[in-house]
Amino acid sequence: MEYTDILNIPPYSMKKEEKETLLTKELAELTELHRENCCEYKNMTDCTGYQRENIHSYYDLPFLPVRLFKERNLKSIPDEQIFKVMTSSGTTGQAVSKIYLDRTTASNQQKTLVKIVSEFMGSARLPMIIVDCPSVVKNRQMFSARGAGILGFSIFGAKKIYALKDNMELDIEALKGFLEEYRGKKILLFGFTFMVWQHFYHRLSELKKQGKSFDLSNGILIHGGGWKKLINDRVSPEEFHDRLQAVCGLNRIHDYYGMVEQTGCIYMQCEYGHLHASVFSDIITRKKDDFSVCKYGETGIIQVVSMLPRSYPGHSLLTEDEGVILGEDNCPCGRKGKYFKILGRLKNAEIRGCSDTYAEMFQSK
Amino acid sequence: MQKCFNQNKELEKQIQFLTGNRESTEALVHAPVLPPFSKTVIDFLSEVSKKLLAMKETKQYPDIVTWAFWIRKASILAYKERFCGTLKENELCLGRGTVFHIAPSNVPVNYAYSLTAGLLTGNKNIVRVSSKEFRQVELINWAVNEVLESYSELIPYIMIVKYAHNREISDYLSSLTDVRVIWGGDATISEIRKSPLPPRAREITFADRYSLAVIDSDYYLEKEDAKKIAQGFYNDTYMTDQNACTSPKIVIWTGNFIYEAKRRFWNALYELAEKQYEIQPVQAVDKLVKMYLAASECGCRQVKEFDNRMVRVELQKLQSSILEYLGNSGYFYEYDCDNIMELADIISDKCQTVGYIGEKEFIRPLLEAGLDGIDRVVPVGKTMDFDFIWDGYNLFAEMTRLISLI
Repeated sequence: MEYTDILNIPPYSMKKEEKETLLTKELAELTELHRENCCEYKNMTDCTGYQRENIHSYYDLPFLPVRLFKERNLKSIPDEQIFKVMTSSGTTGQAVSKIYLDRTTASNQQKTLVKIVSEFMGSARLPMIIVDCPSVVKNRQMFSARGAGILGFSIFGAKKIYALKDNMELDIEALKGFLEEYRGKKILLFGFTFMVWQHFYHRLSELKKQGKSFDLSNGILIHGGGWKKLINDRVSPEEFHDRLQAVCGLNRIHDYYGMVEQTGCIYMQCEYGHLHASVFSDIITRKKDDFSVCKYGETGIIQVVSMLPRSYPGHSLLTEDEGVILGEDNCPCGRKGKYFKILGRLKNAEIRGCSDTYAEMFQSK
Repeated sequence: MQKCFNQNKELEKQIQFLTGNRESTEALVHAPVLPPFSKTVIDFLSEVSKKLLAMKETKQYPDIVTWAFWIRKASILAYKERFCGTLKENELCLGRGTVFHIAPSNVPVNYAYSLTAGLLTGNKNIVRVSSKEFRQVELINWAVNEVLESYSELIPYIMIVKYAHNREISDYLSSLTDVRVIWGGDATISEIRKSPLPPRAREITFADRYSLAVIDSDYYLEKEDAKKIAQGFYNDTYMTDQNACTSPKIVIWTGNFIYEAKRRFWNALYELAEKQYEIQPVQAVDKLVKMYLAASECGCRQVKEFDNRMVRVELQKLQSSILEYLGNSGYFYEYDCDNIMELADIISDKCQTVGYIGEKEFIRPLLEAGLDGIDRVVPVGKTMDFDFIWDGYNLFAEMTRLISLI
């Protein structure tokens, strides 16, 4: 099936059996495509003893750990077809993932994102507040995950403003003006979870104490990027929601799970707090002992599959996150497909052996 | 020297003394060195051994028990015979002075071996242990301190300290040093080396190394007990998450019955790993990453027989690039070898130990080829056993000086 046809399938309409048939066919084809066009990928899959005829379901396909995209430049297109390279937002000095996109894959990512998000906010463009600073999207040569996320979501905005200045201060005047202009209208807010909390919520809360408040009760907030930094602050998703509502009336809040290695196929959180797999992608949880598939309700290492990646072999990936699949086709919100929750990153193991005293010395500094 | 102490009063406040105290730094500097294997030191160690072995809690820690056995009188006297038995009449041997030991963070009892070597060679010792808390370190230090009460003459010879990374303290302690011993990886070595040593001081560094195992399949099948070998190899590898310098990372198979030997060997090993080895999710992912990285350039194939506790990857040929992708926590490359000289391609200067099953003579041609690596050839099951000859150093010779009396 052409991906343009797949895009016409409503994102949360397909039942288990039908979806499994579709994914198995498409993902097996992608595996062959990447084996033909990416020599490293061919070597890797050969190493695991991959044979096309042994693949009976997409559950049988090899999965690459996402870390490989930091260590290797994996692509299935000649250099002249590279349209853009996306990178993960690692901190300075850390290796970053490099994801090579051609025009088709980049365009499919954007279209897929539109299909998924429209299910939650409707198809009309809305006035949009980006909870970040303008400089984050300026460097178009290297798309960081943050910049790419903002650009990707900007398509849902009619008129857009950035809520933060480049020094990360809240742009109070701009926000005030914007809210007056669109009083009573539905407004979209988008930002990374940490930015929303650190630079938006905290400041709004200070202002409220000084008697200045902002009414965002017509807003829909979509945020993603992970809870790791907030967990250190001991903020749970429930508290995040409650406190935002208390400070500015924001009530419709959707977290999403996604990664730069599979941009476009995000997993949106429904009204019941569950993350949902759309028809374009899927999630599998695997056991640590043998990578066999976990039962629903059992914690495992998360694998993500997506029908989008054609320019790089990233259609079946093992993440470094742990999660639990809660069920399939039966979420009370009515959406079909698997729904799940994320429990966080895999913990770093303390392994024994004559390891280095160096790192430890600096930790205790 | 006195001036130096006054200046360093402030610094010394940041040092935590586990054995000894601020005053003993001064005593240490002034104390004379001893001849190697002095009776006092041997008696002292023997008392520490007895004390530890008599304690119930010690039994939970095989690493403490092993060290306690190693420092028994009989064991030490054998070393004395080995190293001092050959001294000539016109030679006199003494400790070099003060040994500053920087112990690794993840092998708790290692510092005790290093200290023992320093003491038995007649030196005064400053041992920096890891700032991590280990029960083994507490127990050993307790025994050392208890026995020291009746061996007060040895107080200046044993100072065990902890301090958070601090260049000034390392500078200061290094300035008192005649032999500096750095255990732990390349990064630690380059960090500690920023602290200068006195002109006549020397340094022993234990850098990042890797190890191999060579198994003669015929010998293994005919002469060895599969269970015993499995336990030995388990201790060599899984016991330290296969992350000690001595843990074999690549298993080389020779002989005529490789297929059969592999089956027996890995099955027996897996039986132990399945029962005793708990794997963390991130370790499972790490192994998969290693395997794919290796596969992307080296040509190899996963042997899908067991689970993530024991990942085996067969190499199609031996090439040095595989050394970039050595793993741990039960991650083994293996190779069927016709001629032992094929190993030359994977023996770099970082290669430390070859554990073997078979007649050790069949490895000799490799050693005689003048390669950069291999400092130890020991039977499988004994790769972790400490000795005065370690990592290519003769610690006895490194820590003593020889006076010629002609």
